[in-house]
Amino acid sequence: MLTKRIIPCLDIRNKKVTKGVRFQGNIDVGDPVEMAAAYSEGGCDELVFYDITASAEGRPIDLSMVAEVARAVHIPFAVGGGISSVKDMERVLLAGAEKISVNSLAVKNPSIIKEGAKAFGSQCIVLGMDPVRVDGKGCKSGYEITVRGFREKTGLDALEWAKKAVDLGVGEIVVNSVDADGTLNGYELTLTKMIAMNVPVPVVASGGAGKPEHLVSVFTDGCADAAIIASIIHSGKYTIRQIKEVLAKANIPVRKKW
Amino acid sequence: MIAIIDYKAGNLTSVKLAFEYLGIEAKITNQPDEILAAKRVVFPGVGSAGAARRNIVAFHLENALKTVVGRGTPFLGICLGTQIIFDFSEEDGGTKGLSLLSGKVKRFAPFAPPNFMDKVPQIGWNAVSIQRKHPVLEGIEDKSEFYFVHSYYAVPTIKEEIIGETEYAGVKFAAIVGKNNLIATQFHPEKSGRIGLKLLENFSGWTP
Repeated sequence: MLTKRIIPCLDIRNKKVTKGVRFQGNIDVGDPVEMAAAYSEGGCDELVFYDITASAEGRPIDLSMVAEVARAVHIPFAVGGGISSVKDMERVLLAGAEKISVNSLAVKNPSIIKEGAKAFGSQCIVLGMDPVRVDGKGCKSGYEITVRGFREKTGLDALEWAKKAVDLGVGEIVVNSVDADGTLNGYELTLTKMIAMNVPVPVVASGGAGKPEHLVSVFTDGCADAAIIASIIHSGKYTIRQIKEVLAKANIPVRKKW
Repeated sequence: MIAIIDYKAGNLTSVKLAFEYLGIEAKITNQPDEILAAKRVVFPGVGSAGAARRNIVAFHLENALKTVVGRGTPFLGICLGTQIIFDFSEEDGGTKGLSLLSGKVKRFAPFAPPNFMDKVPQIGWNAVSIQRKHPVLEGIEDKSEFYFVHSYYAVPTIKEEIIGETEYAGVKFAAIVGKNNLIATQFHPEKSGRIGLKLLENFSGWTP
């Protein structure tokens, strides 16, 4: 049986892993390569890196970091932030990443998904989306896409955007709830389930994990195929093994040996 | 030296880095003479069967591939590289393979909402049930999990050539196939952590 993936997220700022609440009050928590190696040894199934200041600083993603991570870990990892063209995607993949995550760029220029999928295959192109709850305010699904680190609303309906992105060729969708992000109160289950049940590609839940039981909920009630975690392990409060033990007890298939 | 065949079917960096990590010399190449001169050959790939077929033709690789397999050089297929060694794939309106193994390649049944079934492609770690012993699997436990990314799977004609099986989307499919000096995996050993590295290490020491 296919196991549910646990994916630590490493937000990178000035070559350091950082963690904040809703993109504010960030604190450095460690070196990206060391943390990647430690999490891989600890049993994570995949990793994702976001160069969170690359776009704002108008510079390309830090390729030397991508290459170092690729040497240090032999599990898949995705990279996002500071990617503005198919050429950028190619550089990141050649440095050893498995997947590219596009978010704001895809909203601004949806054809980048199509071009990326055509050049490298759908399995390489991940759509990251940051929806916020907007009860009764125009978006039919009840969730609107934000960009630029939640700072800007787009008027795009989250579910429609997810479906459109699949048509354009994304192979996977990361649904990062603006409302749940950094709260440690659990994933946004309604949102995750709505996207997961309505697209044919895997959906990765993101935002809100504070204890292992939150992952149980997102894999059962939320219908997620994979889940991103950050503070829950960056803080040292739980290990990946502890999280997986809780999942296994709840009969959720997880990779137990690594 | 191990030749990692580059036929513009996806990113080969992680395959090369895995061998590098193991201290094994490997070179990415699309030159038939380099492939013929190699001690071992790795035939990886992600992407579509049609494009792979076109590139194999464009780079004049078919003869070199058939020659190394035919003369007994240890040969490892990975993912799309595994699918393309069969007779035929359903992908891209039907694609002719290299017929190094007998059988065809089929697509998983699509995910059809509102029924919550397995998504296609299969992306992630799944267990492999070992069907028969093989030197390349030495030290790897039965039902170990490996990393898969695929929408299609091989159906070998000869059941004895199935080395390992995996279950997804309601089918049991061949996750590892092998015949003589050829072994091929549907999963990515180069991205399957320590257990995947063990498989690659075994391959690099294998004398069929």
